Amino acid sequence: MIIGEAAIRAGCRFYAGYPITPQNEITEYMAENISRVEGGVFIQSESEIAAINMIAGASAAGARVMTSSSGPGISLKQEGISSMAACELPGVIVNIMRGGPGLGNILPSQGDYFQATRGGGHGDYRTIVLAPGRAQELADCTMEAFDLADKYRSPVMILADGMMGQMMEPVVFREPKPRQYREEYTIKGAGEGKSKFIRGLILPAADMEAHNWKLFRKYNVITQKETRCAYEDVEDAQAVIIAYGTAARIAKGAIKRLRDNGFKVGIFRPITLWPFPESELQKMAESGIRKFLVFELNTGQMLEDVRLALQGRAEIDFYGRPGGTTPPPLELANVVARRLADKKRDFKHY
Amino acid sequence: MSGEKNIYRRPLSLKKVYTHYCPGCGHSIVHKIMCELFDEMGIRGITIGVPPAGCAVLAYFYLDIDMQEAPHGRGPALATGIKRMLPDRIVFSYQGDGDLAAIGTAESFHAASRGENITIIFINNSVYGMTGGQMAPTTMLGQKTTTSPLGRNPQSEGYPTKISEALALMPGSAYIERCLVTSPASILRTKRAIRKAFEYQREGLGFTMVEVLSPCPTNWKLTPLDSLKFVEEKMATNFPPGVLKDIKASAKGSSGSNEQ
Repeated sequence: MIIGEAAIRAGCRFYAGYPITPQNEITEYMAENISRVEGGVFIQSESEIAAINMIAGASAAGARVMTSSSGPGISLKQEGISSMAACELPGVIVNIMRGGPGLGNILPSQGDYFQATRGGGHGDYRTIVLAPGRAQELADCTMEAFDLADKYRSPVMILADGMMGQMMEPVVFREPKPRQYREEYTIKGAGEGKSKFIRGLILPAADMEAHNWKLFRKYNVITQKETRCAYEDVEDAQAVIIAYGTAARIAKGAIKRLRDNGFKVGIFRPITLWPFPESELQKMAESGIRKFLVFELNTGQMLEDVRLALQGRAEIDFYGRPGGTTPPPLELANVVARRLADKKRDFKHY
Repeated sequence: MSGEKNIYRRPLSLKKVYTHYCPGCGHSIVHKIMCELFDEMGIRGITIGVPPAGCAVLAYFYLDIDMQEAPHGRGPALATGIKRMLPDRIVFSYQGDGDLAAIGTAESFHAASRGENITIIFINNSVYGMTGGQMAPTTMLGQKTTTSPLGRNPQSEGYPTKISEALALMPGSAYIERCLVTSPASILRTKRAIRKAFEYQREGLGFTMVEVLSPCPTNWKLTPLDSLKFVEEKMATNFPPGVLKDIKASAKGSSGSNEQ
């Protein structure tokens, strides 16, 4: 399991998780391999709630930590994620998305975009969200997630799905960067010195407000420095598909078929979903691309971020397949081709 | 001055601040005896505590040890993560009835089940203090609270929970005792119990817990002195004090509960 191996190589010393399909390979891989990290501990927790709280404690104690789950379990973790954001604790949370809402099903989906990028816990905070699009990126994004979590003292989410998790492609694990995390942020016992505490409860309004603005400034820095995206075939494109993760893989196949049939289509692929690469997208619109089609395995979530970025600057269309069906590239190619060829229906739908 | 001997003083591990606890509250007593133990056992520098969401949520303003806040009920989970990463530290979770026996039941149950080498200090006042006096899992039959205004009725509200008895059933539990803080003798007994819990933790024997029946004059609407009587007469009959589990001793049950 690529995510598990990348986490081990990044020095993840504590993992807690609860079984849920389709992410059990991660939990099992960590159980088998955590002892390769010195002092490494694996706990199968009694719930996803217990897992996020266990990693919060281990994180404060100075360890690199990770938990993983899928939709319903990620919902359970939200209070804990909000708490880690408030307390400025690093940690990596992996969501292998499945059909939803509710129990949903166990097939690949992208229905947790809102949950990941707008909270989904309470309060004024943001979570860095990485969306790997290839097996190599599963490895890179996982190792990067630990670095980003430490650098910004914040929880980081990796958003993938069951299809991405099943991919078999060659992967090269890069050398992990040495950890730089200051002792002053950890709670290890006061020793001979002053005691410290980590807390998110700040009762006086002025102090709470100051803390909120401090977090806000941190998120601004992240937005400026850590936005990531990729694009291909856009120089001569008459339309660009916007997709991430497995949807982007489908889109790439669709683009090949479209180009083979004379339609010049490219792809814009966000890799950070938060911060969303809106200025790169806007630059693309300014460079002359007027038609964008958002393709997601849901009923339209990243669509809203695209509308926020591009409304008024370009035509925005949408195609979605929620519920676990991963359409073949040909289906998407046909949709795009029909809409491009149809003079009466242009892209201006959103 | 040279002939004098200091026989009593404020513990060094207790910060020199006013607490927000009500007059007659059990938290003040337990905080003090814990700080005396941090001093006497020399563990102030290696102890990490997790306060509850409850009246003691600000315990880090009072106890001069490293502490980490937990979401409501999740103290034992955080304590587990801390202890597994720092096994040579003394780690405790300090919780009230809602934190431990309502929302946090799974976390306390499973910490005991796994035999985690942590200590829970459980402050039982049969009511939800911080939020204004609502019913708790340990609210007794007939007891009136803001959410059981007619008195706790088994038909609609069920029965009070005896958490210490339940956790004592786990093989992972090494030592569980229920205590009072209504008299100098019982306060000393509670202090010995907490010391024993920390010592068992140091020896790696498993899960330890000390339940303290605690007066709550404000939410019981009693005077502090009447609150002490309420603990001794009403709470102690519903929640019998004594040792519920001790893997080092062969005897179980309410030994020593008469030391009032």
